[in-house]
Amino acid sequence: MGTAAHLLPVVWACIAAFTVLAYIVLDGFDLGLGILFMVEHESHDRDVMVNTVAPVWDGNETWLVLGGACLYGVFPLAYGTILPALYPPIVAMLLALIFRGVAFEFRFKAHTRELRRLWDFSFFAGSLVAAAMQGIILGALIQGIKVEHDQYAGGWFDWLTPFSLFCGFAVSIGYALLGACWLVWRTQGELQVRSRRYAKPLAVIVITMIVVVSLWTPELQRQYLRHWYVWPRMIYVAPVPVLVAGLVVIFWRSITDETVHLTPLLCVLGWFFLCFTGLGISIWPWIVPPAIDIWQASSPPSSQLFLLVGAVILIPVVLGYTAYAYWVFRGKISDETHYH
Amino acid sequence: MNGITALELARYQFAFTVAFHILFPSFSIGLAAYLAVLEGLWLKTGKQVFLDLFQYWLKIFAIGFSMGVVSGIVMSYEFGTNWSQFSEKAGPVLGPMLAYEVMTAFFLEAGFLGVMLFGMQRVGRGLHFTATCLVSIGTLISMSWILASNSWMQTPQGYAIDPGTGRFMPTDWLKIIFNPSFPFRLVHMGLAAFLCVALVVGATGAFHLLRSARLGKTPTDAVRVMFSMAMWMLIAVAPLQILAGDTQGLNTLEYQPAKIAAIEGDWTTRGRAPEILFGIPNMQTERTDYAVEVPLLGSLILTHSLDGKVPGLKDVPRADRPNSTVIFFTFRIMVGLGMLMFALGAFGLLLRWRGTFYENAWLQRFALAMGPAGFIALLCGWVTTEVGRQPYTVYGVLRTVDSVSPIALPGIATSMVAFVIVYFIVFGAGVAILLRMMGAEPHYGETGPDVHDPTRTAGTHPGPAQGSAVGHAGGAQ
Repeated sequence: MGTAAHLLPVVWACIAAFTVLAYIVLDGFDLGLGILFMVEHESHDRDVMVNTVAPVWDGNETWLVLGGACLYGVFPLAYGTILPALYPPIVAMLLALIFRGVAFEFRFKAHTRELRRLWDFSFFAGSLVAAAMQGIILGALIQGIKVEHDQYAGGWFDWLTPFSLFCGFAVSIGYALLGACWLVWRTQGELQVRSRRYAKPLAVIVITMIVVVSLWTPELQRQYLRHWYVWPRMIYVAPVPVLVAGLVVIFWRSITDETVHLTPLLCVLGWFFLCFTGLGISIWPWIVPPAIDIWQASSPPSSQLFLLVGAVILIPVVLGYTAYAYWVFRGKISDETHYH
Repeated sequence: MNGITALELARYQFAFTVAFHILFPSFSIGLAAYLAVLEGLWLKTGKQVFLDLFQYWLKIFAIGFSMGVVSGIVMSYEFGTNWSQFSEKAGPVLGPMLAYEVMTAFFLEAGFLGVMLFGMQRVGRGLHFTATCLVSIGTLISMSWILASNSWMQTPQGYAIDPGTGRFMPTDWLKIIFNPSFPFRLVHMGLAAFLCVALVVGATGAFHLLRSARLGKTPTDAVRVMFSMAMWMLIAVAPLQILAGDTQGLNTLEYQPAKIAAIEGDWTTRGRAPEILFGIPNMQTERTDYAVEVPLLGSLILTHSLDGKVPGLKDVPRADRPNSTVIFFTFRIMVGLGMLMFALGAFGLLLRWRGTFYENAWLQRFALAMGPAGFIALLCGWVTTEVGRQPYTVYGVLRTVDSVSPIALPGIATSMVAFVIVYFIVFGAGVAILLRMMGAEPHYGETGPDVHDPTRTAGTHPGPAQGSAVGHAGGAQ
């Protein structure tokens, strides 16, 4: 195997992982806000919540599109096997994203109270279902996909297992926590106080579920276990759980200190980052466990190189102006800030 | 034999979702350009009417754009869910182009859309105008990539087939992107998007002119300006589009003669061919029933000479023929509507010369009726070119039947029902909202949606001191 054919898939696996992580970081709180509609009923507070993300939400979701497009162009075999295998949760996620995406605009346009309530509900339900499906997709991928002759060879409901359902639940709660911490940062007054209050029990559940998933995952594929408990690899991977624990301490101090606004969000993002890293450690170098590794899934070097040139230049530029957009709309969102 | 197959249903589902999707980006492409022009005119002339129109259409743009975003996310995954074999084989060529589209266009649009919609009071006029232009440029870049991909499926080149896996291996990216039909399709599609928006803006203006006349009041400046701009656009672009369509026809004749034969309902190859104006092509009996023909015109249109050879479908094996019965009609609807667009533009020009441009109710009724014509023509054009590509996904190389996912019929049927229900609810509601917004007259000092929005909570009304700047912020909804 040539050097390029060996290295390019590794580079692309990192970029694809970054894309997914960027999506989780950016759209996680976004979906979490919608989930928090469950407990935030007052229509004025809901407006404030939506306004904290109104200028940036479609940029956030664009990372999901980039993830799909990269998989398509760079790891077409993964794209062509994962998507048919997870057809039902993926279609459900897409439909849910439609409902919540249009609700951003429609809820402000509703001309009767009932319609407004309907689009509020669609924002909440769309966010919740999208989050749960993303968790289920993740869980189903971790537990493994059956592939024969480069095509998905399993059944219609292979994805539906206790583990994938548990992951769906975990991601929903995790996003709700991100949403609550986002509101702690970007709002003030009563809404901020309540968000702080939501964050505490949510965090307890999230940490519990991180532990459960961490213990459960190695049971699914024996290979996963080896990545964590084989000497000397243990030295490299040991910091992951240690850092999670460290962030727990910082999180708890910051969420109870009313003068601190941003730190809780950063801690939770840290948890997501570490869990994601841990997941990467587990499944590497598979992209469709346990059938296809990144080299098997790869498109030819001519495709990967062509796209790499653009990605290296464009992704930093995208990050630059995304940061600019966030900076333009920085600061607390209050009664006096009206994006709608 | 008579039952529907999973393959057919996968095609219908894809066609359904992409047909819904394509309407919104087309609207966004045209409208973003219009908004950039309006804001530019406002900055240059300082006239309030351009700012009013900008704000009026910006609200509408926000709704249309969000529907384009969410229906587009579906598309980026549907290649894999429905066409996994196609994705695995053609992914190395098409995937990178789609990814480039995301990186060069989608992020640009999404990144600056927030500033465009909500940022006027935060970033200042020059920067805001830049954001508007970047969003517009983003829509055009996006169109270019997607048209390059689609054109490659029609006229593939610059690849080699990997003998082991049957995958398309890119060998020359410039050839892939600038494939033979790309320039023609790009121009045709771009003009179509501009026509769609010109017709919608024209119909909106016409609606308000008619209503003002009925109520016996003077129409606002904004209404007159939008109607006039739309009619100028129409008379400028409709003839160009007819030329563009003609050159694309010549290109298709060169690379996809079977498609041309199916469009024309011609069965035998011959010179001095007639043009079949109407008829019903029958795929079984290999003839076009009830044909109404104009002698020699077929050769003249397709080859620009009276005795040029026009292809017939019988030259192609039965299994390789596109469905003439469908695209014979979709093509004629598209062309017919294109002619009507030109007629509308010409009628407008005539009335300008006569000095009754804003008063003639027939022009306004005509323009109102033509409001959706751009979208209908667009969809018919797409059906023509995509059904005309059958039975291949990559023309002449990869068959549709070898492209589909291994998904059983019940699965596709269930998701199809879900898509249909959700799309009709969501996009039905969206279109209802858009129509309601267009039904409200743009007025002097357009301040955004708050004026029209009785259910808004007190806290979200802008204070009087914040003035028109907030009107911009409000423009988003």
